[in-house]
Amino acid sequence: MGFMDILYIVIPSTLLWAAPLIFTALGGNFSERSGIVNIGLEGLMVIGAFSAIVFNLAFDQTLGNLTPWVSLLVAMVVGALLSVLHAVASITFRADQTVSGVAINLLAVGAALFLVKLFYGKGQTDIIQKGFSKIDIPVLSDIPVLGKLFFSNTYYTSYVAIIVAFIAWFVMFKTPFGLRLRAVGEHPMAADTMGINVTKMRYIGVIISGALGGIGGGIYAQSISSDFSHATISGQGFMALAALIFGKWHPLGAMGAALFFGFAQSLSIIGSSLPLLENIPNVYLLIAPYILTILALTGFIGRAEGPKALGTPYIKGNR
Amino acid sequence: MSNRVKNIIVPIMAVILGMLVGTIIMIVTGYDALAAFTALWNGAFGEIYYTGEVIRQVTPLILAGLSVAFAFRTGLFNIGVEGQLIVGWLAAVWVGVSFELPAVIHTLVAVIAAGVAGALWAFIPGLLKAKFRVHEVIVTIMLNYTALHVTNYIIRSVLSEKSDRTEMIKETATLRSSFLEGLTDYSRLHWGIVIALIAVFIMWFLLEKTTRGYELRSVGFNQHASHYAGMNVDKNIILSMVISGAFAGLAGAMEGLGTFGYASIKGGFTGVGFDGIAVALLGGNGPIGVILAALLFGALKVGALNMPLEAGVPNELVDIIIALIVFFVAASYMIRLFIDRISKKGVK
Repeated sequence: MGFMDILYIVIPSTLLWAAPLIFTALGGNFSERSGIVNIGLEGLMVIGAFSAIVFNLAFDQTLGNLTPWVSLLVAMVVGALLSVLHAVASITFRADQTVSGVAINLLAVGAALFLVKLFYGKGQTDIIQKGFSKIDIPVLSDIPVLGKLFFSNTYYTSYVAIIVAFIAWFVMFKTPFGLRLRAVGEHPMAADTMGINVTKMRYIGVIISGALGGIGGGIYAQSISSDFSHATISGQGFMALAALIFGKWHPLGAMGAALFFGFAQSLSIIGSSLPLLENIPNVYLLIAPYILTILALTGFIGRAEGPKALGTPYIKGNR
Repeated sequence: MSNRVKNIIVPIMAVILGMLVGTIIMIVTGYDALAAFTALWNGAFGEIYYTGEVIRQVTPLILAGLSVAFAFRTGLFNIGVEGQLIVGWLAAVWVGVSFELPAVIHTLVAVIAAGVAGALWAFIPGLLKAKFRVHEVIVTIMLNYTALHVTNYIIRSVLSEKSDRTEMIKETATLRSSFLEGLTDYSRLHWGIVIALIAVFIMWFLLEKTTRGYELRSVGFNQHASHYAGMNVDKNIILSMVISGAFAGLAGAMEGLGTFGYASIKGGFTGVGFDGIAVALLGGNGPIGVILAALLFGALKVGALNMPLEAGVPNELVDIIIALIVFFVAASYMIRLFIDRISKKGVK
């Protein structure tokens, strides 16, 4: 197997694994930039994966090939709804944001499995028939070499994810809305003085994170796992959180980190079939994202620092 | 109403609200709520066997809860109990499988090994927090997954020949007791509960009755004031994480030496570590509170297993209830506001 052949396998696989991470990390980005810690990303992905699969199974006869995309919208809405709970607790009721996030994670898994048993009478769903499928992107895949590397044998969702990352960057850094969102996360009192509604901005930040987290879960379920059970989402949300931090709370950084973590994940799965890598225990690849994030936080790989007001509730009139 | 009373009412209200929402969910989804709660009760206390199982489940919950509570009391949030627990579990089983020691001593060495392993795993976030001001929540989350993958690797490649579990630990290292099993109609109840209760005492004594504990709490309240008073803030932060991790490691020993007697490859977390957060929160981070909250969650978890059999209700309902309780405790500002309003009305 030549070097190019390896790339033909590794690159599409990286894109596949990175897509859910990119979406979820971008979601976390909106929440944390507004000053709300979101440990609940894992739970938001769980509920997204669950609702996408349930909707997909129920409507694949009527919707045909559109099913996975419509299911993704459903996952987005359900994710956003669940995140409202986190918003209410951590913004309005000033709950400890980490604790509220933990509650979201516990709740999502419990509720999803409860409903799976209620709907299907067993612990996991059937396998969906209409998932996202591998495609060669028209026109682009005809480009010599690059076309085969980046645009063949791949999924639309990965490119949507990358495009959304650029949109998120634009929204966050080039629009008045983005400026307000970041202001609220850095110095809510100053923002409040300037007439920005801190509570509203934070609610929007958290709800966007729920929507994007739901999409992330929906993509994972419909392109990687193809069904829903207790183990469908195991750590993806936390890895997205890691990508967010490793990407220094910047949408494009988060995207880059998510791609890199996707690369590590795909290598840990397909590595054993590749020359050179077959003798390396995959434990190193599995733990790489987490270790790198810790190193980034300590400042060994460029220090990652979060928004100033991250994790502190804003109480009007308090200094 | 005094704060003391409020601190007791808030968790009780949270439990009641959690149960209430759980009931509503059952009614909406067409399940028989009364039958479900009856099944839950029977599954936890209906027979002596079940009660033995509840106490077995309560054992690691107490230790995980202590771990979280200890960190909370000293101003830290240890969300890494899960990772420290798995590391402790592995260490205990490792000693249990490969050492040759006389009975009792073997068990003690294995338990201590678990505590030390958990402490070392928690030393990392402690050190990073003290030296680099890195927030411990992120580091401990990352270390949870690192622990999961590393222990899986060790079990597969070092402690066994590509198998997905280790051998059983030696008879001499076990926490199991035929006496306790006989007492409870052959449940898996083991001596770990004694260790857990001793740990509760140690936590209380350490925090409330020693100079060191005073310093730890003081650093938790206000680092700058503590520093000004001449305390070594860095040292206290590290020590606090290490002690918290040791409790978590012990929780792992309970599973490794008591309940299971081996360590196996895990696809995901045990959940005990996250339940520990629930226990600590509901228990108000106090020793008695932790025991009571662990009892409640232990009974819910074990009792839940009877719900599908006796009432046809999925046992995940209990997970929902536990999540809601955590949620209501976290948002206790809401409950406090409500209590204030009611008590004010009473005055008028």
